[in-house]
Amino acid sequence: MNGIPFEYGLTLAAVLFTLGLISVLVRRNIIFMLISVEIMLNAAGLAFIVAGSRWNQPDGQVMFIFILTMAAAEVSVGLALILQIYHQLKTLDSDAANKMKG
Amino acid sequence: MTDSIWLVPALPFAGALVLIIAGRMMSRKLVPWVGAGSVGLSAVITLLIGLEFLSSPVPVSKTVVVWTWMQVAEFAPDVAFHIDSLSMVFIFVITFVGFLIHVYSAEFMIDDEGYARFFTFLNLFVGSMLVLVLADNLVLLYLGWEGVGLCSYLLIGFWYLEEKNGYAARKAFIVTRVGDTAMAIGLFMLFAAFDTLKISEIQAMAPQQWTVGAPEVTLIAVLLLGGAVGKSAQLPLQNWLPDAMAGPSPVSALIHAATMVTAGVYLIARTHVVFELAPGAQLLVAVVGALTLLLAGFSALTQWDLKRVLAYSTISQIGYMFLALGIGAWTSAIFHFMIHAFFKALLFLAAGAVIHLLHHEHDMFKMGGLRKKLPAIYWTFLVGAGSLAAIPFITSGFYSKDQILWLSWAGTGGNTWLFLAALVGAFVTSLYTFRMVFLTFFGEEKTHAGHSSGMAMTIPLIVLAVLSTVGGFIELPHTLGHVELFSGFLHDVLPASQLRPGADASEWLIQLTAAIVSLGGVYLAYLLYLRNPEWHKQARGLVPDLHRFWQAGWGFDALYDTVFVKPFTFISAINKSDVIDKLYTGITNAASFLHDIFAWTQSGILRWYMMGIVVGTLIILTIGLLS
Repeated sequence: MNGIPFEYGLTLAAVLFTLGLISVLVRRNIIFMLISVEIMLNAAGLAFIVAGSRWNQPDGQVMFIFILTMAAAEVSVGLALILQIYHQLKTLDSDAANKMKG
Repeated sequence: MTDSIWLVPALPFAGALVLIIAGRMMSRKLVPWVGAGSVGLSAVITLLIGLEFLSSPVPVSKTVVVWTWMQVAEFAPDVAFHIDSLSMVFIFVITFVGFLIHVYSAEFMIDDEGYARFFTFLNLFVGSMLVLVLADNLVLLYLGWEGVGLCSYLLIGFWYLEEKNGYAARKAFIVTRVGDTAMAIGLFMLFAAFDTLKISEIQAMAPQQWTVGAPEVTLIAVLLLGGAVGKSAQLPLQNWLPDAMAGPSPVSALIHAATMVTAGVYLIARTHVVFELAPGAQLLVAVVGALTLLLAGFSALTQWDLKRVLAYSTISQIGYMFLALGIGAWTSAIFHFMIHAFFKALLFLAAGAVIHLLHHEHDMFKMGGLRKKLPAIYWTFLVGAGSLAAIPFITSGFYSKDQILWLSWAGTGGNTWLFLAALVGAFVTSLYTFRMVFLTFFGEEKTHAGHSSGMAMTIPLIVLAVLSTVGGFIELPHTLGHVELFSGFLHDVLPASQLRPGADASEWLIQLTAAIVSLGGVYLAYLLYLRNPEWHKQARGLVPDLHRFWQAGWGFDALYDTVFVKPFTFISAINKSDVIDKLYTGITNAASFLHDIFAWTQSGILRWYMMGIVVGTLIILTIGLLS
């Protein structure tokens, strides 16, 4: 395969992953945290695609479909939890949900 | 019938079990039927066995093994009951006097909140006491011994809401425990010597194993005496009994007069072989008895509480039994035990009735003139008092005590000093007994009696009064009819007492002296407390310190308080924060410190957990890359 070198793709995946990680750590709004997790998942998926195309293997794309499925499941569960949290606490601040302390 | 001997202790235990399980749900009418009924059935079985005994041509001695209690190598004590003439006398007294006291309690305790609890404890006590006297080995005997101690504790502290009752209960338990420890060590030594604790085997082997006066057997005898002294409230462990009067009167009558406190007498009589091999220890028994009967007699002279007079007189009368055991007059001791159980139970029950009807007034000086008000109680009390004071010829107490007096003079183990102590004791006994009678029933009425007692309380009094009169006539001295039904009955278990050569001639002289002494005591009491009431106040004014000293039971409480209780509480105050415990609290402190750290990391904030995951991943990656 010619065109974009696979290092660029991997670098983009790493940058996306780091951005996602940082925003999970710094954000307090749970919806933003969920979005950041999605970014991290997509970064991982991108890394698989790039690696797969580098070695001409289909495995990378298989893994990406797995990740996609998992992400869909995760979002549905996560959103349900967020709705419950908002219902209970009237806020989306993750720091407010610290009842399980100690 | 002797095969079903196990029923005798089993029935009261069954009664106690029923009352424990269902006592709260039962009506007040039903409770005494279970409580007194089970003991009554035991008494009936005892009577049937007794009839078999009397009709049997050869002395009955039978062991009934119920099951093997435990088995540790060669040590395998059975739960086995041994019935012979000695245990027959004891179970007769325990079941019959116990039954009468149960009947009496049915009325006496009717208004009490813990009615069922009271009968539970009484039944448990009767069962344990029967196990004690029927046990064929010393381990089972020890079980009964501790069982009666426990019941004594529970019943002294029966009205536990008052602090002093709880104190009296603890005192009784702890003081007797001192004696019990000595006894347990004695049992260990016996086991070490014989590899068995079966009483019959010990009796057979002891004379072969030891020569007379061997140090080992003397030590064992002294240790057993220690146990007996604690249980029977003899010097130097006598000070718990007067305080034990905190319990209800039927308890004082049953446990602290008629049965439990005589367990020491039973123990020594049962192990008489050991004591015969240790003449030194046996002399010690006599000396302890003689000293105790004098000390307690003088203390009884100065008490104002009706029940405390009786408590000291119990100590004193058991002193007579110990004296008899010590001089080898085994059957006389058991005879006095039986007669004493009758008349002392009678006295306690009558005193309890008086106190009950005078609204819990214990002070004799505030009583008086009850003779006309409570005739049934007066006459029965008088019979009991006559027996205690050994009024000649008509009371049973005269015959039983006279035998001890005579043998303490003429028996092989007797000597002048023991005889004089017993004689002085007899004088003091009749003095304090009739002091009690005159103060309570004669003179002017000082406290008004509410009502008279009912049938359930009066009938046991009358039965006991009859028993403590006719009981004496089954054993009459040589000079007066010479009847030996009782000692003849016991001779297959206990050896007959031997007389010193040449002492036989003076028997009537001793009897005359005893009679004069006891009548003299009554006359002196009459002079001091009835005819010239000022005299006894003057007599007390002459020696106020001595009066106070005797009233406090010769200061034993204060002495033990200084020597044992105070140093003990002092040391425990110093070591309040247990030194050894520090090590263990250190371990728990370290654990709870680590716990606090980890609990702090569980902050509940999601971003902290994420940070933890990230840092952890970085560390693992770094390690992975570096290595």
